[in-house]
Amino acid sequence: MGVSAAAPLWGPPGLLLTLVLHPTVCVRSHWDYCVLGAGPAGLQMAAFLQRAGRDYVVFERAPAPGSFFTRYPRHRKLISINKRYTGKVNAEFNLRHDWNSLLSHDPRLLFRHYSRAYFPDAGDMVRYLGDFANRLGLHVLYNTTITHVTLDKDQGAWNGHYFILTGQKGQTYQCSVLLVATGVSVPNQVDFPGSEYVEGYESVSVDPEDFVGQNVLILGRGNSAFETAENILGVTNFIHMLSRSRVRLSWATHYVGDLRAINNGLLDTYQLKSLDGLLESDLTDLAIVKDHKGKFHITLKFFLEETSANQSADSVTLPQDDNDNFAMRVAYDRVIRCLGWKFDFSIFNQSLRLSSGSEFSKKYPLIRASYESKGSRGLFILGTASHSVDYRRSAGGFIHGFRYTARAVHRLLEHRHHGVAWPSTQLPITQLTSAIIRRVNEASGLYQMFGVLADVILLKENATAFEYLEELPAQTLAQLGTLTGRTARHGLFVLSMEYGKNFSGPDKDVFFHDRSVGHTEDAWLSNFLHPVVYYYRRLPTEQEVRFRPAHWPLPRPTAIHHIVEDFLTDWTAPVGHILPLRRFLENCLDTDLRSFYAESCFLFALTRQKLPPFCQQGYLRGQGLASTESLQRHGVDSGLLQDYAALDHLDASRQPGHHRPGGHPPAPGPALESLDGNREEL
Amino acid sequence: MSSHFNVFRIGISFILMCIFNKSTEDSVPELSPQKYFNTLQPGKASLAYFCQVDSPSTSVLLEELNEAAGPLQDYGISVAKVNCAKEEISGYCGKEKDLMKAYLFRGNILLREFPTDTLFDVNAIIAHVLFALLFNEVKYITILEDLQNIQNALKGKANMVFSYVRAIGTPEHRAVMEAAFVYGTTYQFVLTTEIALLESIGSDNIELAHLYFFHCKLVSDSTQQCRRTRMEQSLTTLNIHLFVKTMKAPLLTEVAEDPQQVSTVHLQLGLPLVFIVSQQATYEADRRTAEWVAWRLLGKAGVLLLLRDSLKVNIPQHTNVVFKRAEKEVPVEFLELHDVNLIISHVENNMHIEETQEDEDDDMEDPDMDIQDDEVAETVYRDRKRQLSLELTVELTEETFNATVMASDSIVLFYAGWHAVSMAFLQSYIDVAVKLKDTSTMLLTRINCADWSDVCTKQNVTEFPTVKMYKKGENPVSYVGMLGTEGLLKFIQLNRISYPVNITLIQEAEEYLSGELYKDLLTYSSVSVLGLFSPTMATAKEDFTEAGNYLKGSVITGIYSEEDVWILSNKYAATLPALLLARHKEGKIESIPLANTHVQDMVQIITDALLETFPEITVENLPTYLRLQKPLLILFSDGSINPQYRKVILTLVKQKHLDSLTPCWLNLKNTPVGRGILRAYFGSLPSLPLLVLVNLHSGGHVFAFPSNQSITEQSLVLWLKKLEAGLENHITILSAQEWKPPLPAYDFLSMMDAATVPHPTRKEPEYKKETDVQESDKEQHEDKSAVRKEPVETLRIKHWNKSNWFKETEKSLKRDKELCSKVR
Repeated sequence: MGVSAAAPLWGPPGLLLTLVLHPTVCVRSHWDYCVLGAGPAGLQMAAFLQRAGRDYVVFERAPAPGSFFTRYPRHRKLISINKRYTGKVNAEFNLRHDWNSLLSHDPRLLFRHYSRAYFPDAGDMVRYLGDFANRLGLHVLYNTTITHVTLDKDQGAWNGHYFILTGQKGQTYQCSVLLVATGVSVPNQVDFPGSEYVEGYESVSVDPEDFVGQNVLILGRGNSAFETAENILGVTNFIHMLSRSRVRLSWATHYVGDLRAINNGLLDTYQLKSLDGLLESDLTDLAIVKDHKGKFHITLKFFLEETSANQSADSVTLPQDDNDNFAMRVAYDRVIRCLGWKFDFSIFNQSLRLSSGSEFSKKYPLIRASYESKGSRGLFILGTASHSVDYRRSAGGFIHGFRYTARAVHRLLEHRHHGVAWPSTQLPITQLTSAIIRRVNEASGLYQMFGVLADVILLKENATAFEYLEELPAQTLAQLGTLTGRTARHGLFVLSMEYGKNFSGPDKDVFFHDRSVGHTEDAWLSNFLHPVVYYYRRLPTEQEVRFRPAHWPLPRPTAIHHIVEDFLTDWTAPVGHILPLRRFLENCLDTDLRSFYAESCFLFALTRQKLPPFCQQGYLRGQGLASTESLQRHGVDSGLLQDYAALDHLDASRQPGHHRPGGHPPAPGPALESLDGNREEL
Repeated sequence: MSSHFNVFRIGISFILMCIFNKSTEDSVPELSPQKYFNTLQPGKASLAYFCQVDSPSTSVLLEELNEAAGPLQDYGISVAKVNCAKEEISGYCGKEKDLMKAYLFRGNILLREFPTDTLFDVNAIIAHVLFALLFNEVKYITILEDLQNIQNALKGKANMVFSYVRAIGTPEHRAVMEAAFVYGTTYQFVLTTEIALLESIGSDNIELAHLYFFHCKLVSDSTQQCRRTRMEQSLTTLNIHLFVKTMKAPLLTEVAEDPQQVSTVHLQLGLPLVFIVSQQATYEADRRTAEWVAWRLLGKAGVLLLLRDSLKVNIPQHTNVVFKRAEKEVPVEFLELHDVNLIISHVENNMHIEETQEDEDDDMEDPDMDIQDDEVAETVYRDRKRQLSLELTVELTEETFNATVMASDSIVLFYAGWHAVSMAFLQSYIDVAVKLKDTSTMLLTRINCADWSDVCTKQNVTEFPTVKMYKKGENPVSYVGMLGTEGLLKFIQLNRISYPVNITLIQEAEEYLSGELYKDLLTYSSVSVLGLFSPTMATAKEDFTEAGNYLKGSVITGIYSEEDVWILSNKYAATLPALLLARHKEGKIESIPLANTHVQDMVQIITDALLETFPEITVENLPTYLRLQKPLLILFSDGSINPQYRKVILTLVKQKHLDSLTPCWLNLKNTPVGRGILRAYFGSLPSLPLLVLVNLHSGGHVFAFPSNQSITEQSLVLWLKKLEAGLENHITILSAQEWKPPLPAYDFLSMMDAATVPHPTRKEPEYKKETDVQESDKEQHEDKSAVRKEPVETLRIKHWNKSNWFKETEKSLKRDKELCSKVR
């Protein structure tokens, strides 16, 4: 700009005009970070970038954020819970039960301020997202449709290339990092003869009046299918639901994307012998023919191929011709398709090598555990589209899951491009047990993204201190050094939350007798979501992560600890939860992590050459823990402390040859011993 | 569990078994005299109690007899009650009730008759019967001459077990007789009840019973005395058994293998092993030493000569003694002891622990991992129902936090409700609130980080508990002192004034130095520091201000930099810039020049000045003195210290004799835990006062000033010189053991492994193509059954330990039965 501003002094006027105009037309053409989509994931990422002071922009084709929610869900009821009361004030804990809020530092931007409904209206979400963008002042370019994305190789670029985005008016934007948060926007369609007669979820009427006295066939068995059925259940003759595989109930699978109880009214009526029903068949084998009355008949593609194309619909062979009790022999008035959505790959140039995932997750682009595309470095997939990482397992496809994975991606980027290591707290080893207990009881990221995000505790030399890293994508563990800038030279713990290994599944009886575990020694059999701590003597390799045992979120550790499941998810019981955890940590670290009063430390300091960590890190630094009269008394009662003032008298009573009566609490010597427990019990 | 305890268990159950046998036997048969005599078998011993039919007065005796019948039967002696009918003519049937007696027969030969009053209880019955039967094996003597004669007769031939019991028929007597029954053919047993006899062989502290082993077999020269070893344990059958076994073991064994691997009968008996490390060059001398030690430790430990040259494993270079405890898991200790007596004392000191461990035997059999062994967690838990006066402190929330700490000077305790250490400290915190009630302007508040986690994070609080002071216009200050009432109270009180105090009048400065100005604070800071600067010394003043600010809450600091500062500098002979230290307790004011001193150095100077030359060491101040990294010279005193001793120490300090030490004293009245320390040093409480040198930082040696010497300057200097020259023996070495996990953890990994063995690796069902519904249904069905099966399997794992334990006991019981039958 300096050059062009100086130009008028000696350049011809016409040329000057073009020189000056070029930069002004494009306003700006480069950003470090470009976010595609101002939905929840795009805004969430923008909020992190904004707070870190990064150079970023969000492109949104609609005039306001959250355009998906302006239309969907069609019946307007969100099935993500808006739990406004938990009986607790801990904000982090409350996020465990808030499935709609995005993460921010503004307590006003909590969804509970936007709706009173447990299952809120989608309109409230639109309003919320609008406020979120405005209040945080996020840089969003609305009404900007990106029609094409391609790569421009450049040695100087952060990732060896820039992402070139083309807008609907032909403008181009250059980005160092591309964060795709476009969600899954393309309705899934199945191609079969007669599919043209099928109405889509995205356009079908939501007015029950339009379905009065009709026979309805719904294709699909997800929440949108059941939501549609629920709406018209009371006015139709009957609803048949047809899908390839059996229905998956979310309370059995523990996956929020499966059929939620709020939508499953039809299951109830089906099983209670009403006329509604569920059928399983592969849609691609089917065909729909329309008869002269405009009714639809189900037949097989196979029969359709047999008959010649110019035959009338009424003469097509139907399954009931051979098999007169064929289930779908009745004629339908309407067929509705509710088959879900998939990612829109169309705008991405081949050079990005953004491909779809494997068979079961082909609706999502293929990405790594770090949410970076496998095809091009610097391209990250956020939000619902990133769900291939934990499809049908955790919450990564939903706001209450991807708000955390977006944060993880942001932290990775902060390290990769700005030298900001993954945030961590360094604490003395005496705080290890409580650091874990604290997270176990409040961390929402671990709770929502169970099995996917995990806390990592890196031990310092000689296990005197540790570094605590929160919510790392567990499967990037092997790349810890390069991704976070932290090192694990002296062993590490990984904290994650898990359901019991055989507890979740489409037809598991999750209410079976004796399903809950209460004994600490049976903790590993816990079924409900519970904390699990892995201990690795050294960082696992990529190989070990990849070939980890089936159903394990992490490779086989040196030792493992399960904190027993808790009905209240309150893991603070001194003996039931904290003590076994401490024993586990002690045995991994080969040290004694008990806490001691100053008086005990004083005794150890003068009678032993080594002190337990608690005394070293507290008492010896002048920060010993004083006892009080009442505590001291309890200590003496429990046999863990000793009343030294009374030692004289005890001594006097121990005459030579005087036998200590059996069953008497151990006299002075043993009590002293019981404090320094490192004897031959092991 | 160590072999040591196994032996004990076997031993104990050995006795138990014999007693149990008795209870299972039928009670004493009642026979007529005729019948009784018919049952007698040649060579078999039998005890019969003759009594009148239906005589009630004898029931007590009969009960005892019933009880004794079992053990006696184990020794092959039958017991019977013979009922004498009125018309009975047998001579054994007394004519009157009072004259009823018990008789001991061998075959049908009468050996002894016992008046009923001699058979007062089980022990007496067994002791008397065995005594009568073992007449030849156990010689009863009353005079020294007899003992001498027997010894002479045994020299070169056999060993002797000599015991003293207070009376015939006591439990100790029974124990000796039972031992004699087993070992009577191997050793000559000699018994006395004469205390004079015992005294004449030089025993002191004569107790209920004594037992000596006379090593006469070794003696070849008849003029030589038999060596003897005294059994230190109380006289029980088991103890005698163990003692005799150790006597039988070779005195000294030579080994050339890894001490960790060596095992002898001693280890099996629960006694430690002492290896004397020998080299070829010094072999003869080493062997003599080892023999001497072996004799001293006979019955207490096994002694072995470890030949270093032919040893394959490495042992530390300077090690000359290796100590191996009987417990298998405890690693051997490598020691460097320069006095043979130290070996003895090392073993004896460690024996003390052994004894106490026996009491805990049961607990350790099956350590319960679910029992709380954290004293803080346990005491807080036990105290959970007590109502604290929480209302004296203001509970903050996210909403009130900022407003509160902005509005008034506040102390905030950040804690977590589930965190035991926090909750223990909360009690002290409430105590502070009680003490400051209505007197302090400082607002005491607290915030539970378990609830308001965000507030705590924002205040940079990552560990609990944390105490911070918020004052208007100042950065919050973290409290880093002791987590107790006293420490925090001091911090709060001393923070009532600003640091450093700016003093502008000479009069005021004098009051400051005399302690008048902040009289009420003197209990918290016994030293007042005054920085003297001329008004132009800007940098020095700044540095001092910073140092004063750094030290706030621990010591009172003030600053004086008026034009007339020379008045003070002249009066206290201080060259500006300078520090004046007013020690209020001693009423002394000293000056320290401050030219070119930086902040850190100033802090250091002031901190050092707070240290006393001969402090009373307390739980609170020990860490401060430990920082000096010098050995502690501690005078233990029960109550206030004798001024005489203080004078001695202070004189020596002045003469620079104690520069390498930290002299201090400990008042057991103020610091009762000192008793625990003394016990650790001496094994019991010694008489006080007592001077001890504790070398904490190198080697952990503890030396005691001889209690028979009076503490004078000369004697102390001499002792310290001897210490320095290595001429004094330490009384104990502080354990250098690391702090290991007190108990194991649940091994969930192997439990999981054990549970997955029956299910071979299964592919993830979710990832399977969902084409064949039936098949997947079947598989999922299997899944379900797996879920239900698992708890059963765990149960098996859970109980494995216990059932295993039962098996073990069964085995040992079986062995004991065999033992009993062999004895029989």
